[in-house]
Amino acid sequence: MVRVNGDSKTDSLIQLRNLCKTYTRGNESIEVLTNLNLDIDRGDFVAFMGPSGSGKTTLLNLIGGLDLPTSGSIIVDNDEITRISGNKLTDWRARHVGFIFQLYNLIPVLTHVGFIFQLYNLIPVLTAFQNVELPLLLTRLTKVQRRDHVEAALSIVGLQDRMHHFPRQLSGGQEQRTAIARAIVSDPAFLLCDEPTGDLDRTSANEILELLSRLVKEFNKTILMVTHDPVAANHAHTILHLEKGVLIESAKRG
Amino acid sequence: MNSASLLLANFRRKRIRNILTICSFAVALFLFGLLAVIHNAFYKGIDLAGVDRLIVLNRISLIMPLPISYAERLKQIDGVKLVTYAFWFGGVYQTESNFFPQYAIDVETYKDMFPEFSILPDQWKAFVEDRQGCVIGRKLADRFHWKVGDRIPLKGTIFPGTWEFNVRGIFDGKDSSSDTSQFWMQYKYLEENYTWLKGNVGWYYVRINDPDHAAAVSKAIDNEFGNSSYETTTQTERSYIAGFIKQIGNIKLIILVIGGVVFFTLLLITGSNMAMSVRERTSDIGIMKTLGFSDARILLMVLAESLIIALIGGGIGLGLAKLFTLQGDPTGGLLASFELDRKSIGLGFASVILIGLAAGIIPAIQSMRLKIVDALRRV
Repeated sequence: MVRVNGDSKTDSLIQLRNLCKTYTRGNESIEVLTNLNLDIDRGDFVAFMGPSGSGKTTLLNLIGGLDLPTSGSIIVDNDEITRISGNKLTDWRARHVGFIFQLYNLIPVLTHVGFIFQLYNLIPVLTAFQNVELPLLLTRLTKVQRRDHVEAALSIVGLQDRMHHFPRQLSGGQEQRTAIARAIVSDPAFLLCDEPTGDLDRTSANEILELLSRLVKEFNKTILMVTHDPVAANHAHTILHLEKGVLIESAKRG
Repeated sequence: MNSASLLLANFRRKRIRNILTICSFAVALFLFGLLAVIHNAFYKGIDLAGVDRLIVLNRISLIMPLPISYAERLKQIDGVKLVTYAFWFGGVYQTESNFFPQYAIDVETYKDMFPEFSILPDQWKAFVEDRQGCVIGRKLADRFHWKVGDRIPLKGTIFPGTWEFNVRGIFDGKDSSSDTSQFWMQYKYLEENYTWLKGNVGWYYVRINDPDHAAAVSKAIDNEFGNSSYETTTQTERSYIAGFIKQIGNIKLIILVIGGVVFFTLLLITGSNMAMSVRERTSDIGIMKTLGFSDARILLMVLAESLIIALIGGGIGLGLAKLFTLQGDPTGGLLASFELDRKSIGLGFASVILIGLAAGIIPAIQSMRLKIVDALRRV
């Protein structure tokens, strides 16, 4: 269940209250989010849409603890993350949030061997297995336990046979699936996806969206997804539009 | 995967550039090793010089003799324990390029004055009993493949004629860096053949009871012989050697300048490599921070990377320098010692660690301070 009116309901997984974010550039202040209220329950799949610069990614970064609001509060699973800072926030992020970023393959970089495409969702010098294992290095799991977790995550996304491939040896869709495996490997409460299907062909995009829907349905994960793609947004339970820093609920499915 | 394999993976990202940086370290540290060897060759004598030994010279010049009668008077001075003397022979073996120091010594006292050298008692006895005998240092013996029983001809430059000596013994240094390139002959052999030498010695060595009183004893010695035909100048062996080296030139400054330039260049190369490396990895660092890697861990990761490159390159360079010195002195024994000692190796590694940390600290701090949202935006 998603509410944007700020009704007090304490058992929501994510609660945003009077959230404001203002960027300052020189003497100019740009208000990106204005008194935003939002409640998202466990197991929700929410899509955020809106024009470029409307603050979708900023909102996601704030909920994920990657950035700090100018004012207001963010409560996730009863932790007010706006009151946490430094290493404690880093630890909180590692335990509670899974991130999936956009796959950028439009920026060509000229190297001595020709053109390669720069991708920032995965670390290019690590194999799929190692990329997925990365968040587990921060836990106390043993090597064997880490391997079991990674294999399980890769198996959920259907990439167990590609675990020793490097990102450059994977297709865009496979890379995003690897990123999803990495996001779920530490069993976080919710996933934040910033344009997870951006720059993917329709077939690969559908595979990713089906996978995200499966995570919600079978594993009761909560997913917050930013997208420009109405087809992608249609996979969500709720679509929220962000315009001029204000949230408008535009559609509710199922 | 662990932190080490993460570092290794990052190293592989720009393999050629990292290998070239390692090579820069290797070359620089090889050069450092050789400079240290040359420095040691000149200055080791100062470190090894007996703190309780004074050298008494003619005040006018090093080449002017002193009366042998001074020996007894020196022994009478308060604080003096032992006295010996020597004379510079200055002969040539085959060609002038085969230079090595040759001293005519007092066989009764000289060995006791220099306990840093050791020789078998029967060899020393044979030397004492043979007027034409000589003892040579191990390094000199190795240089010309001389052995006990060989007969060595030297062409005199101060004492004209060809002089022949029987090798009666070979002495070793108790420390590997002791100067064993010396040739000792009997003073009496020279004196008997050159009447003008009779009653004169080149210089005296004096052992004192307490090194803390070196200045006072030196002053007492010079006062004792003041206003005589043979006035003296007395100084510690250490300051005498230092002064002698100073006459050649400020070797220490030359070495420091060369070493400083090399290390500074190395710092620029490594610093630029690390800055580029971190810049290229901005998004990776952003991802790692997003996943929960702390700022401190990112800082340590970048620093460790810089340090490892420095240590590998430095280790290779110092190892090569050590191997080079083990091949032997390329000057054929002209240098008193040709050894890369532990102290220099330690200093080399300390410099490497310092450069590694200095080169990595700015990129590491930048990585640590990098905001995730900025890092992810900077693709």
